[in-house]
Amino acid sequence: MSTQLPEDDVLKVASLSRLKLSETEVNALGKQMGSVLKYIAMLDELDTESIEPMAHAIEISNVFREDQLQESLPRDKALSNAPQTDGNYFLVPAIL
Amino acid sequence: MDYTVIIGLEVHVQLQTNTKLFCGCSTKFNPDHPNTQTCPVCLGLPGALPVLNREAFHLGMKTGMAINCEIPSFTKWDRKQYYYPDLPKAYQISQFDLPMSQNGWLEIEIDPETRQKKKVGIIRAHLEEDAGKNSHDESGRGQDSKVDLNRCGTPLIEIVSEPDLRSAQEARTYLEELKLLLTYIDVSDCNMQEGSLRCDANVNLHVHKENGETIPTPIVEIKNLNSFRGVEQAIEYEVQRQWNEWQETGLSLKDVPKETRGWDADRGVTLEQRGKEDAADYRYFPDPDLAPVTVTNAERERVFKELCERPAERRARLEERYQLSVYDAAVIIDQGVDFADYFEAVAESSENGKQAANWITQDVLRELKEREMEIAEFPIKPDVLAAILQKVKANEITNNSARTVFQELLNNSKDVPRIEQIQQIIEEKGLGIVSDTGELDAIIQAVVDKNAKAVADFQSGKQAAVGALIGQVMRDIKGADPKMVRQLLIEKMS
Amino acid sequence: MSTMSMTASKLLAKMSSGEISSEEITSACLNEISRRDASINAFLSVQQEAALEKAREVDQKRKAGKPLGKLAGIPIALKDNICTEGVNTTCASKMLEHFVPPYDAHIVERLKAADAVLIGKTNQDEFAMGSSTENSAFKTTTNPWNNTCAAGGSSGGSAAAVAAGFAPLALGSDTGGSIRQPASFCGVVGLKPTYGRVSRYGLIAFASSLDQIGPFARDVTDAALIMETIAGKDHRDTTSLDAAVPEFTSKLEQPLENLKVGYVEHLQEEGLHEEVKEATLRALDVYKSLGAELVPIELPHAKYCVATYYIIAPSEASSNLARYDGVHYGYRAKDFENMIDMYAASRGEAFGDEVKRRIMLGTYALSSGYYDAYYLKALKVRRLIRNDFEQAFQSVDIIASPVTPTPAFTIGELVDDPLAMYLADIFTTSANLSGIPGISIPAGFSQNNLPIGLQLLAPPLEEERLLRAARMFERETEWHLKHPK
Repeated sequence: MSTQLPEDDVLKVASLSRLKLSETEVNALGKQMGSVLKYIAMLDELDTESIEPMAHAIEISNVFREDQLQESLPRDKALSNAPQTDGNYFLVPAIL
Repeated sequence: MDYTVIIGLEVHVQLQTNTKLFCGCSTKFNPDHPNTQTCPVCLGLPGALPVLNREAFHLGMKTGMAINCEIPSFTKWDRKQYYYPDLPKAYQISQFDLPMSQNGWLEIEIDPETRQKKKVGIIRAHLEEDAGKNSHDESGRGQDSKVDLNRCGTPLIEIVSEPDLRSAQEARTYLEELKLLLTYIDVSDCNMQEGSLRCDANVNLHVHKENGETIPTPIVEIKNLNSFRGVEQAIEYEVQRQWNEWQETGLSLKDVPKETRGWDADRGVTLEQRGKEDAADYRYFPDPDLAPVTVTNAERERVFKELCERPAERRARLEERYQLSVYDAAVIIDQGVDFADYFEAVAESSENGKQAANWITQDVLRELKEREMEIAEFPIKPDVLAAILQKVKANEITNNSARTVFQELLNNSKDVPRIEQIQQIIEEKGLGIVSDTGELDAIIQAVVDKNAKAVADFQSGKQAAVGALIGQVMRDIKGADPKMVRQLLIEKMS
Repeated sequence: MSTMSMTASKLLAKMSSGEISSEEITSACLNEISRRDASINAFLSVQQEAALEKAREVDQKRKAGKPLGKLAGIPIALKDNICTEGVNTTCASKMLEHFVPPYDAHIVERLKAADAVLIGKTNQDEFAMGSSTENSAFKTTTNPWNNTCAAGGSSGGSAAAVAAGFAPLALGSDTGGSIRQPASFCGVVGLKPTYGRVSRYGLIAFASSLDQIGPFARDVTDAALIMETIAGKDHRDTTSLDAAVPEFTSKLEQPLENLKVGYVEHLQEEGLHEEVKEATLRALDVYKSLGAELVPIELPHAKYCVATYYIIAPSEASSNLARYDGVHYGYRAKDFENMIDMYAASRGEAFGDEVKRRIMLGTYALSSGYYDAYYLKALKVRRLIRNDFEQAFQSVDIIASPVTPTPAFTIGELVDDPLAMYLADIFTTSANLSGIPGISIPAGFSQNNLPIGLQLLAPPLEEERLLRAARMFERETEWHLKHPK
């Protein structure tokens, strides 16, 4: 049985992930993801029907902050790492 | 063939907090100073982490309760993932399978004639963070788009109705009632110009075929409706468009995936929004950076107690307690909590609700509009207005004279008008009702003597002739009660 | 003993007695770095001027008799995924090559307040994904004990910096073993605290529910010392625990009485290197000789840890790394057709293979139709794994195990076989999934003179117990006193 993830699936996931991949990468990822997914399938042997999922390492609840103003960053700092700005806004290529 | 219109609304309301949902930046509407209300958290900078705003959750609970939702004892935060330049983390912190409130309803009046009411189901109301704002090059030359993240992270509550609305008018009424309710309970200013209340509408038709079969047409989501008129017009347009399309294509809900259209208010049409590259797969999962929230019964009760009387309840109570017309009660409630409080204060101390309603919905409201004032700023306080109205009730002045007093107080008071000023004005202007029937009697006699023709007309059955005579009497004596004058005149001439 | 092999505690004592100044220590570190880091590649950037300035400031404060912080004058290296205001923080990624955070991570604020001297940012696997620093976009850190071998990862630069004598202390992050494994490979102490013990605010996220910052040190005492500074509640991190922070150093020399050391009898025989197994058994004997009771335990779901981890970590990573889209910061491609293409091109060009692999795996596991089978399933197994530990800690105080199946592997040995690389995380991922603290301490050497570590695990918030148990072992052994040539 081939464990390779079909190319269509790889491309679909790449599109969802916003990753432009070369053909070589698509091929390699198909194989590698396939083998990892095959390994991961070992979890299927466990019956987890009645088990509560555990999304946090330590389960805590009700952590709040008060509604008090904190200083914001000055604009130049907010924009300081942006690839493209006009000094006021982040700039991006025209949105479709 | 006939059809039923099926509409469900998703309404996003900005909650009135000082700071954003997960960071301490201001939520002030500030488009003129882009990117000045951001920090590492709402910029989504690497390493920054969200912490939940207690007040936002509190206002969320209040909202949920106001729309009769259950507040579950456990709720959590999920990431909704999609790419857009106004969403710097490329996910929105929202709530997916366990929202903070669910299964509620909002009652609206769907027929002003019969006063028929209807409960619109509310599936859920959940908290989420707002995105920033993109502005696009309108010139069509494909210039760069600009991104302002001031709004990014502002707390929103998204209220999702059941598809219970059956017309554009109903949708509008629902939205108006919702806006009134949310401003009433003080969770949002619902300022539509500033985007504090935004609406998406899911619309389709159930086509009833002659053979008794009912076929649903494809669902269309109309995005970004930001005025009541827009909601109504967009739905009306969409209903017609879907009906035409059904007649042309006969395609049903099963044949076509849900479509997203945008409302172009200038052209008055809905336009297909270019399909996102992949069918929406938001890959929701629990946000590991945030802790779930648990709510106890005691907390629910505490928040419920904070909830003031809601507009629908108050409207009904005003009608009942003060014998108001549906119209007057609605006008008073629509002006907001402070206005209704003002009315009730006047009605209670003047002991005449109907009279108070007439004055307040006409005179007071007109003055507020002319002066562009809120009721809280209005110089004539309820006790003063009530004192004026009491004088009318006690037959000390006429309703017309009361208006003169009212105007005088409003226009010629240096400070906040006081009750004592009322009597002064009445005396200065001689507005008191003349109770000395001797003086009145003499004037009436004189008028009757001078107007032999009118008297003859009256005696031959022309009731209208009295009117002219009343006018003459009133000119000669200030502060006379027209009713009394009329009665005396008739007695004299009969 | 040269300055370069002294512990922070020893250096603090020498500074307070006036035998040495912070400037001298800092200069010595900087000299070693400039002399030898070209072959070790522990650092991505060195803040020479700022470090010397801070050292002089501390020396002056000391001279003037002003109050000093707990780590006054001690050079510390930081993994390059910890945000430092005004100082390039790259995550060893082309994506963040020029990223300069406008803010300090919470622990950086704490270290500054403790008067530590921040000397540089260390190499790592890109976005902390990997076990060898071979996934760094910039350089591969070599093992100070043998430069053909990996220093481990992902915090390989920090481990190597401490082992090589570049800094007495360093901080790293541990998501599935990224502190303990390189500590084991490099022969130093590495501690992963309880999840939530140290604030993650300013730690560039890999997998938020697993990431935890922790120290590298030359001995257990130093690890305890720096924990006193970095542990504690931070209101900017929701998951930061509101628990009292003990003075970890104060009871360190008191052995734990009636200590029960748990161990798994037939743990993963397959793939476990003979020398690692022997070192672990020898370590158990040491505890026995100290009067501890050795208790065999069961961790029935231990074999599922790697599978569980390689669903949860990539899922969270796929989301955490979505923000790198070339809009607000980071790399933007030069050529693209439109906005969506700009995203994909920027990410495709700036992320390395391992990062792409994990984003892809995670996106797949969360995507419509697969969520229940992968992500949700993993969250459920995660609870089973946690329950195993809860059960085990009913009857034992700590659990001892190997850190890694083998000593340091050769650079390049596993790069083409991601699954084999993942499988080597078999002993470390369980602590992250369960949120419990774990430590790696030097416990032997292979015939090839490569260090072998011992892992100890304790229940949540029991770092003090963990450190004291580690110190008991350390006092009886001399592995931690050996230094690479």
